[in-house]
Amino acid sequence: MDHGLGPQRLRALFCAALALFNFPLLALWDRDALFLGLPLFPAALFLLWALIILALAVIVEAAGEEP
Amino acid sequence: MSHKVLIADDEPNIVISLEYLMKRAGYEVLVARDGQEAIDAIRRERPRLVLLDVMMPKKSGYDVCQELRADEELKGTLVLMLTAKGRDTDIDKGLGVGADAYITKPFATKELVAKVADMLGAAP
Amino acid sequence: MVAAPLVIGVSFAYLLLLFAVASWGDRRATQGRSVIGNPWTYALSMAVYCSAWTYFGSVGRAAAAGVWFLPIYLGPMLAMILAWMVVRKMIRIARTYRITSIADFIASRYGKSPLLAGLVTLITVVGILPYIALQLKGISGAYALMTTPLGQPPLRSVHWLGDSTLYIALALAGFTIVFGTRHLDSAERHEGMVAAIAFESIIKLLAFLAVGAFVVWGLFDGLGDLFARAQAVPELRKLLTLGQGKAFAYEQWFALTLLSMLSVIFLPRQFQVMVVENVDERHLKRAAWVFPLYLLLINLFVLPIALGGLLHFGPGGADAEGFVLSLPLASGHTTLALLAFVGGLSAATGMVIVEVIAVSTMVCNDLVMPLLLRTRRFGATLGEGQAGGGDLTRFLLGIRRSAIVAILLLGYLYFHLAGEAYALVSIGLISFAAVAQFAPAMLGGMYWKGGTRRGALAGLGCGFGLWIYTLMLPSLAKSGWLAADFMTQGPYGLELLKPEQLFGLRGLDNLTQSLFWSLLFNIGAYVGVSLWRAPSARETSQALLFVDVFQRTASTGPVFWRGRARVADLLPLLGRFLGTRRATALFEVYAQRRGVARVEQLQPDAQLVQFVETQLAGAIGSASARVMVASVVQEESLGLDDVMRILDEASQLRAYSHALEDKSRSLERATAELRSANEQLKSLDRLKDDFMSSVTHELRTPLTSIRALAEVMVDDADMPVEQRQHFLGIVVAETERLSRLVNQVLDMAKIESGHAEWHNSDIDLRALLTQAVQTTEPMLRERGAVLDLQLPDAVPLLRADADRLMQVMLNLLSNAAKFVPREGGRVQVRLQCDSAGLTVAVHDNGPGVPEDQRALIFEKFRQGGDALNRPQGTGLGLPISRQIVEHFGGRMWLQPDAAQGACFCFTLPWPAAAQPDETPQGDTT
Repeated sequence: MDHGLGPQRLRALFCAALALFNFPLLALWDRDALFLGLPLFPAALFLLWALIILALAVIVEAAGEEP
Repeated sequence: MSHKVLIADDEPNIVISLEYLMKRAGYEVLVARDGQEAIDAIRRERPRLVLLDVMMPKKSGYDVCQELRADEELKGTLVLMLTAKGRDTDIDKGLGVGADAYITKPFATKELVAKVADMLGAAP
Repeated sequence: MVAAPLVIGVSFAYLLLLFAVASWGDRRATQGRSVIGNPWTYALSMAVYCSAWTYFGSVGRAAAAGVWFLPIYLGPMLAMILAWMVVRKMIRIARTYRITSIADFIASRYGKSPLLAGLVTLITVVGILPYIALQLKGISGAYALMTTPLGQPPLRSVHWLGDSTLYIALALAGFTIVFGTRHLDSAERHEGMVAAIAFESIIKLLAFLAVGAFVVWGLFDGLGDLFARAQAVPELRKLLTLGQGKAFAYEQWFALTLLSMLSVIFLPRQFQVMVVENVDERHLKRAAWVFPLYLLLINLFVLPIALGGLLHFGPGGADAEGFVLSLPLASGHTTLALLAFVGGLSAATGMVIVEVIAVSTMVCNDLVMPLLLRTRRFGATLGEGQAGGGDLTRFLLGIRRSAIVAILLLGYLYFHLAGEAYALVSIGLISFAAVAQFAPAMLGGMYWKGGTRRGALAGLGCGFGLWIYTLMLPSLAKSGWLAADFMTQGPYGLELLKPEQLFGLRGLDNLTQSLFWSLLFNIGAYVGVSLWRAPSARETSQALLFVDVFQRTASTGPVFWRGRARVADLLPLLGRFLGTRRATALFEVYAQRRGVARVEQLQPDAQLVQFVETQLAGAIGSASARVMVASVVQEESLGLDDVMRILDEASQLRAYSHALEDKSRSLERATAELRSANEQLKSLDRLKDDFMSSVTHELRTPLTSIRALAEVMVDDADMPVEQRQHFLGIVVAETERLSRLVNQVLDMAKIESGHAEWHNSDIDLRALLTQAVQTTEPMLRERGAVLDLQLPDAVPLLRADADRLMQVMLNLLSNAAKFVPREGGRVQVRLQCDSAGLTVAVHDNGPGVPEDQRALIFEKFRQGGDALNRPQGTGLGLPISRQIVEHFGGRMWLQPDAAQGACFCFTLPWPAAAQPDETPQGDTT
C-alpha cells in the first residue's frame, strides 16, 4: 500500500513543501518588490500555498482506491 | 416387361457405365444429372427403381430419398443408393432416410446388376 | 459600542441555533440518514482547528510581527499532505480496535496499560488548560470590547465571583454537557456535534471574510491602496518582510511549523473529529486539500486587517487582537461587528465543546475508571454483577459531566492566574508544545514494532516533565504566581538549569528551546528504553495488530487470547456498560455474522471474547475493558512464544488459503485451456475427416468408372469396336485423372507437413511468366481466348523454386482458360515490382467467382463454377498454389473488386537479408 504511486507523490510533495516554506527558499521572496501591486513576500507565500493545495488536490483525487 | 430405371449421378463417365449396364440388363433407362432433375424425372416418369448417387449438386441423394418417401405417390419407388463414401455413418444415414439398398463405389458390376434384379424381382 | 443585553441575546440565540443544528443532526443519525456522511462535512469539521486564536490572536500577532502569524497554518498544510497515509492508518486502527481517544490509542498500543492511559490523560488535561484559558480570554475580551464605549478601558472586576469570564466558563460547561453527554455511544460518535461544528465553521469563515472585505474595500480602496499606505510607514513596512529588521530566526519559524504540524493531529479535538468521528476513510482524500484551502481563505485577510487597524488607530491606539471588532465598531457598522463577534464566539465555543468532550471522555475512560476498578470494593461489585441493579451508563455519564465542569473551571483558573500576562498566541503555543509530546509514542507505535510500554512511559514522562519545567512554570512565574528567581538564576542557583536557557543553550526563544529539549529527551528516552528490553508478549501482539493493521482485518487477523469463557458471563458484562438492549442487539448481529441462529448457541471462543472486549473499549477505554473482561473469564496468560505461535498459525493459515486460491485459479485456467485445446482437436479431427472423405470420394469416383467399364468390356466380348474404343478412352482418361489426383494429394500432404523438397535458385520471374504463358497457349487458343502479358522491363532476381512457381502459374492460367467465355475470352497476366516484392495478377473475363464462394475457393476439393459445367479439375490446384506461395513468405488472394471476371493475385516478397553464398540445391525448409 505504501509503495504505490500516490503515496510516493505525496511524500515528494511533502518534502517540496517543507523546503519551500522554510528558511533558505523562503528568504528568496524577501525583497522589496511589488507583485500585482502587492508586497512580494506575503503575496508569494499565499500563492505558493495555493499552488501546493492545488497539487495536493490533484494527487489525492487522482489516487485510486486502495485496499 | 421392362422396368423403368432412373440413373441419378453427376459424373458423366459413371453415368455412361451405369447406362450401359442397365441397358444390357434389359431395363428402360432414364438419366438425371442432379438432384432436382432426379425428382422431376421420378415424378414425371414413375420409374420402378432409382440408382441414386449421394453426392450430387442442387439436392443430395439423401434429400431426394427423403422427398420420395414423404410423397404418398412416390414412396413405393425402389431406391438403390450409390456413393464413394463408405463410412458406417453414411450407410446408416442412407438406410435411415429410406433407401432400400446401398452400394459403395467402386462396385462390382455383377453385384450391382444382381442387386437390381433382386429388388425388381421381389417387387410386386 | 453595543448594548450588553443585545450582545448576550445574540450570543444565546446563536448558541441555540447551534444546538438546534446538533439535535437535527442527531435525529437524522438515529433515522439512519446521517448528515455527516460526506467528505465536505468531514473537511469542515476539521476547521475546528481555528478558534479564538484565529479570530483575535492571529490579527494581534500580525500587527506585532507581520507574517509570523502564518506558520501555525502552514504546519497543518504539511501535515495534510501526509494525512492520506498517516491519518488513514490511525482511522483504520481506531475503527478496528474501537479506540476513542489519544490516551486509549497509546495505552492500547503499548499493552493496554492503565498507567500509560492515565499519564496521557494527565498530560492532556494539564496541557489543554492554557488553550481553554485562551478561548475564555478571547470571549471575555471580545465581550468587553463590544460593550464598553470606545476609548474607555474595559471594566475589570478583580473579584472572581464578579468576573464575567467565570460565568462564561460555566455557560460553556453547560452547553458542552448538553452537546456531548446525552447518551453513551460505544463508538463515541457524536453526529449532532459534528454537524454543528461543520455549520459553525462556515459561519466563522463567512464572518471573517466579511470583516476582511469591509476593511479592504470599505475602509480603504482595495488591497493595493492598503498596502501602499502601509509601506509608507516604516514600522509597517517592516511587517511585510521576513526578517523584520532583525536576523531571521529561521529555527523559530521551523519550530512553529513543526509544532503546528504535530498539533493538528494530536490535539484532542483534532483527533476527535479526524479519527474518532470519521465515517468513511475515503473522505480523507477530499478533506486533505479542502481543509488547507479553508485555512488559506480564513487567513487571507489577517494581514490586511492588522495593517488596516494599525493605520486607522495608529500604533498602540487600540488592542490589535480586537481589530476584528473595533474596526467595524469605529466606523459605526454595529451589525458587522455583531457578526464578527458571533464569528469569534462561534470559533471559541466550537473549540471548547469538542476539546472538552474529547478530554472528558479520556478522563472518564482512562483516568477515573481504571482507578475505580482498582479500589477493591468497586471492582468487586462490578465483577459480581451487583452494580445496584441498573447498568453503568448513567454512572459513566455522570463522571463525564463532572469532568467537563472540572476542566472548564480549571481552565478558568489558569486564565485567572496566568492569562493576563500573555498574548493569546503565546498561550496557545504552550498547549501545542504539550500535545506534541504524544507524537513519538503514537507515531512510533504505528510504524515501529519495537516500541514498548516502558519506552513510551519514559518518553512521555521526560517530555512532559521538560515541558512543565520550560514552559508551564515560567508562564506562571511571569504572571507573578511563582518566585521568579528560579527563572533568572536557575533553581537553587544552578545556572545550567535555567528554564529558558536549559543546559546553557542560548539564542533560541523559549518556545523553540522548550520544544527542542522536550522532544529530544522524549524521543531519546522512548527509543532508548524500548530497546533496553525486548517487548513482552502483550506488547508484541498489540504492536503487530497496530503496525500491520492494513494487512489484517479484525475478523481475519490472529486473536491473541487463550482461555475459557461463557456467553452467560460476557453478555451481562457488556449490558452493564452499554445497556442490556444495546448489548443484546450487538450480540445478535455478531451471531448472525457467524451464521449462528441464536445467541445462546454462540461459541465462547477467542473471537467472541475479543469482540466483547472491543465493544467495551469503546465505552470505557481499552485498559478498563481489558480489566473487566479478565474479571469474568478464565484466561491463561500468554507468553511471548505463545504469541509468536498464534501469529505463525495465523500467517500459515493465510498462506494456505492464498495457496489454495492460487491453485484453484490455476486449475480453472488449466481446465479452460484443456477445453479449448479439445475443441481445437475436435475441429481439426472434423477437418481431417472431411479431407479424408473428400479424398476418398475423389479417388473412388474415377475408379468406379474404370472398374465398371473394364468389367463391362470383359463381359461383353462382342461389343462393337467403336463402343469398345469409346470405353477404353474413358478408362484411360479416368486413369489419368486418378493419377493426377493422387499426385496432387501427395503433393499437398508433403507441402503441408513440411516434407516437400524445395530446390531454390535465382529466378527471373519475367522469363518464368513468359514460359508459363507459352505452355498454356494451346489451351487458350483452343478456347478462342486472347492472352495479354504485361511485364516491366527488368526485375531483380528472386530466390525461389522455379518448378513450383511454374506449377502455380500453370494452375492459375489453366483455371483462367477453363472459365474464360467462348467468345471474346481474354486473359491478362501482369507482373509488378515494388520495394516489398513482386506481384503477379492473372485476370480472366469469365463469370467470376460469386460472392458466397469467395472464401471457399481456396479450400481443398472445392471447385468453382457450376457443377454440371465444371471443367476437369481436382479442386486441389488453388490450395496447393497458395501453399507454395505462402512457403516463400508471400500471399495469394482473389482480388475483391476486379472488373468483370476473376483476378487471382499473389505476391512474393524480397528476402529480409540477402545471402549470396547459398547453394541452389537441396534447400529444405
